[in-house]
Amino acid sequence: MPDPERPEPAGYDPVGPRPKEAVSPTGQGGPMDLALDEAESVEGIEKTAGPGAGGPRERPRSLWSDAWHQLRRNPVFVISAALILFLVVISIWPQLIASGDPLQCDLAKSQQGSAPGHPFGYDTQGCDVYTRTVYGARASITVGVCATLGAALLGSALGGLAGFFGGWGDSLLSRVADIFFGIPVVLGGLVFLSVVTSTTVWPVVGFIVLLGWPQIARIARGSVITAKQNDYVQAARALGAGNARMLLRHVAPNAVAPVIVVATIALGTYIALEATLSFLGVGLRPPTVSWGIDISNAASQIRNAPHMLLWPAGALSITVLAFIMLGDAVRDALDPKLR
Amino acid sequence: MAEPLLEVKDLVKHYPLTQGILFRKQVGAVKAVDGVSFGLHAGETLGIVGESGCGKSTVARMLVNLERPTAGSIAYKGEDISRLSGRALKAVRRNIQMVFQDPYTSLNPRMTVGDIIGEPYEIHPEVAPKGDRRRRVQELLDVVGLNPEYINRYPHQFSGGQRQRIGIARGLALQPEIIVADEPVSALDVSVQAQVVNLLEKLQDEFDLSYVFIAHDLSIVRHISDRVGVMYLGRVVEIGTDTEIYEHPTHPYTQALLSAVPVPDPQARAHRERIILSGDVPSPADPPSGCRFRTRCWKARDRCAAEVPLLAVPEVFPSGPAAHPSACHFAAEKRVVPHVPPEGPGGGAEQDTD
Repeated sequence: MPDPERPEPAGYDPVGPRPKEAVSPTGQGGPMDLALDEAESVEGIEKTAGPGAGGPRERPRSLWSDAWHQLRRNPVFVISAALILFLVVISIWPQLIASGDPLQCDLAKSQQGSAPGHPFGYDTQGCDVYTRTVYGARASITVGVCATLGAALLGSALGGLAGFFGGWGDSLLSRVADIFFGIPVVLGGLVFLSVVTSTTVWPVVGFIVLLGWPQIARIARGSVITAKQNDYVQAARALGAGNARMLLRHVAPNAVAPVIVVATIALGTYIALEATLSFLGVGLRPPTVSWGIDISNAASQIRNAPHMLLWPAGALSITVLAFIMLGDAVRDALDPKLR
Repeated sequence: MAEPLLEVKDLVKHYPLTQGILFRKQVGAVKAVDGVSFGLHAGETLGIVGESGCGKSTVARMLVNLERPTAGSIAYKGEDISRLSGRALKAVRRNIQMVFQDPYTSLNPRMTVGDIIGEPYEIHPEVAPKGDRRRRVQELLDVVGLNPEYINRYPHQFSGGQRQRIGIARGLALQPEIIVADEPVSALDVSVQAQVVNLLEKLQDEFDLSYVFIAHDLSIVRHISDRVGVMYLGRVVEIGTDTEIYEHPTHPYTQALLSAVPVPDPQARAHRERIILSGDVPSPADPPSGCRFRTRCWKARDRCAAEVPLLAVPEVFPSGPAAHPSACHFAAEKRVVPHVPPEGPGGGAEQDTD
């Protein structure tokens, strides 16, 4: 079907003249000509047109290279990727944009508003909110990204394999996932994390992965079961493809979209969960600086000093939004029908 | 006749019916295919017809080793391939390929056409050296009547008929001797059906292919097939050349099936006799005893319930066009197709695009 937004005649070629005679041997029978006519109408859909959109036309393309071309031209992806890159950079080198020390506080300035050199004001302890927001990125990003990666990799690997192979392994995994689903987050956190003495983010990451993988595993299992029933998987098997090829080339690319969506949404939840656990005193502990700790400290003071809450909460929201937008853009790019 | 390329003997596929969640207990079996035998010679097209649920597709899936038969054998050049695994199976798969029914689900939407048709070469790297594959894929596109420049497109950018051509190109990539086509045109428009069927015929001449062509459209099957097998409830009830089956059917089921074919001529339609079967196809989990068709057959007697009719040339027809294997105790010739001009394949297949 021709693209309605393209008024060009059916035979118009957006890429320029092609050596048609050189490549397509004519002189075949009628079916061939008919097929060509039929195909001419899809010409308008070709959207990779334009100079420099991927080098010479002859280069073979694949799903991933096409997805990358698509992503580079998607403003949503560019903005969210730039934001995430920025967040990653400042979580590695916070001193790049904040010269102060987040732990150097002056009680005399408690809850004061913005002042020259301290644009975000001060919190209850008299610490600079701007510095703490910048430094807090490290813990929050680490927890969010590592927990999501861990849960997504573990969950999609286990769920995907269970869905693909089925049998008793599938039953076993589904029941184990059910058990983990049954653990209440807050109670589980209080029990597991109160015995940990480490002040790093890793016990929190580990706990979130432990609770988060069953959700991803269920989604992955379901979408793998849907994808593996398609005829193209049977076609690959009839060609003699092994399980690894069927899983990686045929099932995984067609099953990954829901996992990406759920994982990016979960990332925001995980950062918020870290804040919850920190609020309860079992997550990250001072002297670690995190948005979660700052948000929970500021929550009780929202009437006296809303700026204490707004800046770290705003940073958290923007971070979560950036990851969700990124996930959305990646999912769309991996679906050729949406190009 | 020479040794058949593919010889199927007493092929059986039963799907177990189980009960219980934790401890599965088999309570019965769906007898999808229950004793099917036929041979396929080089360069020949064997059509298999039958209504939905009669086991046609299960036979096709067993031929390409997507399902393991419960019993029976599939001999390719004298070697039983139904129990092979690993390397030997992979080698046999090169020679028997499949074209699927639905061109919308048989192509991976996330692979380019080049990747789809080139995948056989990745799985069987010995067929084509790496640098040669792209050229071969373009050749295949050309062979099936598609522009070789479409190599970088995705399946959704093609129409149903074009997609089926891509599926056929994928099946041809390994230069197989046998192509099992499981209702390859059922999902297509009638005009496109004719193109695809003509393409399959052209390819048969070009590459000396043998087809097992499964369909429920009798006119298409007649157009393409040299021999036709009629299936009912997991069994072959009648098998013979297309003239034998269409002009001289001896099994009541075949006759009923043929009488249901639409006749494009209103004059002829008024004169023809339609055989309307009563009832539904019995459940394959609990098929009738003896002859499986007896519950819907107007000729059924006591003998039909007691004795399974064998697929053999009926004794009443020692020679002539009616003398072909028919699994009926009371086989009798009955002409149900009014009159077909000698060169005239019926239905949509008639519209040749050449």
